[in-house]
Amino acid sequence: MSLFASLGAIEIGLIFGLVALGVYLSFRIINFPDLTVDGSFPLGGAVAATLTVAGWHPLAATAAALAAGALAGALTAWLNVKLKIMQLLASILVMIGLYSVNLRIMGKPNVALISEPTVFTLLSFGDLPEVWLKPLILLAIVAAAKLLIDAFFASEAGLAMRATGGNPRMARAQGISTDRYTIAGLALSNALVALAGALFAQTQGGADISMGVGTIVIGLAAVIIGETLMPTRSLVLTTLACVLGAVLYRFFIALALNTDFLGLQAQDLNLVTAVLVALALLVPTYKRKLSALRPRPAGAALPVRKEAR
Amino acid sequence: MQHNFFVRRSLLAAAALALSSAALPALAADKSVAVTAIVEHPALDAARDGVRDELKAAGFEAGKNLKFDYQSAQGNTGTAAQIARKYIGDRPDVIVAIATPSAQAVVAGTRDIPVVFSAVTDPVTAKLVKSWEPSGTNVTGVSDLSPLDKHLELIKKIVPQGKRVGVIYSPGEANSVAILEALRKAAPAAGVTLVEAAAARTVDVPTAAQSLVGKADVIYAPTDNNVMSAFEGIVKVAQQAKLPVVAADTAAVKRGAVAALGLNYYDLGRQTGKVVARILKGEAPGKIAPQTATTFELHLNPGAAQKQGVTLAQDLVSTAKVVVK
Repeated sequence: MSLFASLGAIEIGLIFGLVALGVYLSFRIINFPDLTVDGSFPLGGAVAATLTVAGWHPLAATAAALAAGALAGALTAWLNVKLKIMQLLASILVMIGLYSVNLRIMGKPNVALISEPTVFTLLSFGDLPEVWLKPLILLAIVAAAKLLIDAFFASEAGLAMRATGGNPRMARAQGISTDRYTIAGLALSNALVALAGALFAQTQGGADISMGVGTIVIGLAAVIIGETLMPTRSLVLTTLACVLGAVLYRFFIALALNTDFLGLQAQDLNLVTAVLVALALLVPTYKRKLSALRPRPAGAALPVRKEAR
Repeated sequence: MQHNFFVRRSLLAAAALALSSAALPALAADKSVAVTAIVEHPALDAARDGVRDELKAAGFEAGKNLKFDYQSAQGNTGTAAQIARKYIGDRPDVIVAIATPSAQAVVAGTRDIPVVFSAVTDPVTAKLVKSWEPSGTNVTGVSDLSPLDKHLELIKKIVPQGKRVGVIYSPGEANSVAILEALRKAAPAAGVTLVEAAAARTVDVPTAAQSLVGKADVIYAPTDNNVMSAFEGIVKVAQQAKLPVVAADTAAVKRGAVAALGLNYYDLGRQTGKVVARILKGEAPGKIAPQTATTFELHLNPGAAQKQGVTLAQDLVSTAKVVVK
């Protein structure tokens, strides 16, 4: 794997790290299976690309993308908590609807950003080539997002949001408005995903209507890879694990792209990626089995795998 | 710290795998061409094969004196971006990028490796090149824009009294929307009015065809993935309503279209291959103007014509390259 390909995997992995954080927030913290992300990822790209082409400052366009994602997430949660539409169905409805909305926003299926200014062209450090610059800027953005989320969940509002997902009845008994926190949580989650979409469009030459396909699968895979390889109860470490999981997932794809020497061909890519990820997920299981076989000192507790929540 | 240990160990394993792949001896190749497509699809695959065969004809044989790589993103734009990065890192002599999203990812990533796009309908709107003039950059290529004025002429030959042309297209395909916009411009000059029917998904295609009954005199099927996937659904409606179907893709004629003046994607690939060969022989991509397809074939299906209520003129039949029995 070339350095260029590795940096590419890190760059795209960091972007999907934001998706993983969003998915972790909805699936694990709020306990809401949210498929809106397949629509809010391209929504972020569509808003950022269209506004940039219309002459907006790239930072303002990116902020608008974030706000659009928050609206989409809030809408899904609102359909669920106010109109009592099933969680999965509510998110599917918003996802399907966003396809048309995204086409309306872009006015066509593909908006190119190749020669336009982006948040990445705003900053340049001397002669640092773009290949290094993009991952570095993304690292700063993702680190900031992660630290802000960590800080939020340590606050009173954040704890209330965690209670909303963990035990809604108890939360309500404590006077927490679970409806309001569900709406806020999904808004935050989809804002992160839309930010990822906006950054993706700005690094990859444009927004395309098809760019949302499978976002939820990649996000979930990243969360699960992260949780499996780094099981922990600490929220600060779990959010880190989500980002690492996303980067690792992109490395598996980069590896799969380099398997032609095994006689594997282009059409095998998704299967190779799936097998590689499955193997990675098996590592902790086998590690446990091995350590169970090993003689242990008397009185030592059996290893217990803690489910990260 | 056990967890960290295992993360580290699996990362090490991954790194070892990556290194072992890099350490394998590269093919003894004089030149290298890397091809990427957004998805595997009969038309796009034909374009890729055309590139490979044309390069062989020009003296660059895959596996002998040419390293010919191919990767498909399997429909995922994130993967397309990673393939672009892999190729840019591999530094081949030419990168061939098939279809708009793949081409954008490659062009966004390199300003020095020659890039030849193929099967991109509107490279100017996609910002791969500034205009149809030689770009002066590292980018050139071949567009698959249909000869729409010729298609409208063909429609008038098949239904001389028809003034209303129904078009079924997917609003989510960049290529189809580009074609629709060009059709809107070409229709007044050709003396026809367009009746548009959007189909966002494959399952919407028969409904879109149904919506044209009574509103259109003929159905035009552009080079659109959804339309071509669900083409039989259109033919069924056309037979019931006696509405002739004219297509852009010659493969549709066997499946029940009356006629198609088509772009053959294999030939498009050969045309792309000619551009690639010129660059391999030392020409600068920035001095080669982006081109549109040059060879078209007329395919006719008299049996389908009868079922759809039209008869084909003898002079038209005599000019056809293929007449489906």
